[in-house]
Amino acid sequence: MALDYEESKQKIIEGLKKKQKTKSKFYFNDLSKILNAKPREAKKIVNRMVEEGLLEYWSSGSTSMYGLPGTGKQAAAEHED
Amino acid sequence: MAKHETPMLDQLESGPWPSFVSDMKALAEKRAKNEEGIEFQIPTDVVEDILGVLELSYKHGRTHWKHGGIVGVFGYGGGVIGRYCDQPEMFPGVAHFHTMRVNQPGGKFYTTDYLRKLCDLWDFRGSGVMNMHGSTGDIIFLGTTTPQLEEIFYEMTHNLNQDLGGSGSNLRTPSDCIGQARCEFACYDTQDLCYDLTQEYQDELHRPAFPYKFKFKFDGCPNCCVASIARSDLSFIGTWRDDIKIDQEAVQAYIGGELKPNGGAHSGRDWGPFDIQKEVLDLCPTKCMWMEGKELKIDNKECNRCMHCINVMPRALRIGDDRGITILAGAKAPILDGAQMGTLIVPFIKAEPPYTEIKENVIEPIWDWWMEEGKNRERLGELMKRQGLQKMIEILGVDPDPRMVQEPRSNPYIFWKEEEVPGGWKRDIKEFRKYHQR
Repeated sequence: MALDYEESKQKIIEGLKKKQKTKSKFYFNDLSKILNAKPREAKKIVNRMVEEGLLEYWSSGSTSMYGLPGTGKQAAAEHED
Repeated sequence: MAKHETPMLDQLESGPWPSFVSDMKALAEKRAKNEEGIEFQIPTDVVEDILGVLELSYKHGRTHWKHGGIVGVFGYGGGVIGRYCDQPEMFPGVAHFHTMRVNQPGGKFYTTDYLRKLCDLWDFRGSGVMNMHGSTGDIIFLGTTTPQLEEIFYEMTHNLNQDLGGSGSNLRTPSDCIGQARCEFACYDTQDLCYDLTQEYQDELHRPAFPYKFKFKFDGCPNCCVASIARSDLSFIGTWRDDIKIDQEAVQAYIGGELKPNGGAHSGRDWGPFDIQKEVLDLCPTKCMWMEGKELKIDNKECNRCMHCINVMPRALRIGDDRGITILAGAKAPILDGAQMGTLIVPFIKAEPPYTEIKENVIEPIWDWWMEEGKNRERLGELMKRQGLQKMIEILGVDPDPRMVQEPRSNPYIFWKEEEVPGGWKRDIKEFRKYHQR
């Protein structure tokens, strides 16, 4: 059964906010675990959240991670809002 | 007068090889003079600052680049890598120095016009420094600022018919050899398969959801010019099922000296007359070739596709006619556990459009498994090692094949399961004890 977007969105935002004190960037696997969904199902939700600006990508060049926009050191260090 | 003193970099120029330092100095000078009147969109002295920061890194023995970034173009999670200098006051030209990856054309065929347009765009909106080609195969633009990213992306996609490549936890830019366009050894159309999979897997290329990087590479024959067997998670190597075709007259022409071995490639000095025994037959790794009088014979079932004989005598020996692909999985560079070569998973598969069998029976089941079971930053090869080849075979739904065993007895990783053995593991202990004491 396809995941409900609004419900999944809230789950991810709350899940990431809860861990905000220790982490600001998350692997894709962390997000699919929050949703308790198969990767391909989770990807649909995550992609839409990025499109809507609710999540942002971070890349080291070799690894990609996801975070809530404006969180973590990077956002301030890069002088980008 | 250079902006920064670079004594250590200058020393690199003294070696006998072409030097990237000399190239960068030349570019710095060109930008400073700007005879073409380009309206540089990023600092003119960017190249001088790269040399400066590199010299400082050599002096300190540490990098002065920060780790990664959040920048990108809208909708893409790859293709742009944020790079920032941790000494922006000293080197303002490279305070923001992002990398962009450009999806190289199939077989790396360009027209000069296309190359000039790429270079012009990069001189105008970037540092002008580029890398042809990165180890993934793509064209790498080194160094621009955040406001230029969308501009460059727009220009490339709207006017140059050109997409960004993959980076991060994405499918990386698929890479192929020159293939049937120029090479008589190519057993399938590498460029067609590479292009087809690039189009099919756009979502995987641009929106990261893999545990780590994933690479496809396509080699037309076992010469492996793009080194797919060593560098790609899924390696497609052309092969044939029937016999190597022999032109006995041409064999004699090589022996007689009328044809030059190796296509004349080793003509720099006199190596003496061609000796087929020493230069071909004795070097065959499976010893499957011999001469019977004036006839060259090959025991084809023993051939392991080393390609040596075909490379030495291309006019006499040709690839077979029943052609297809061998697929290997799990090659990687040595970050964890050392470097790994690919393991054979599909001995032979036909490569015919629309490649449905390759997509549905090989690529997608492997991705589903790796996406679910792979740990963060775990390459496919590491997962195969952790869970075993047997698991991989189950995922693909194929039968174990002796050709999958790389080294018999040292890595006997094909095991029987109880349900595969008649009678299972149960035995009659009384019957057993009749013949074996406790």
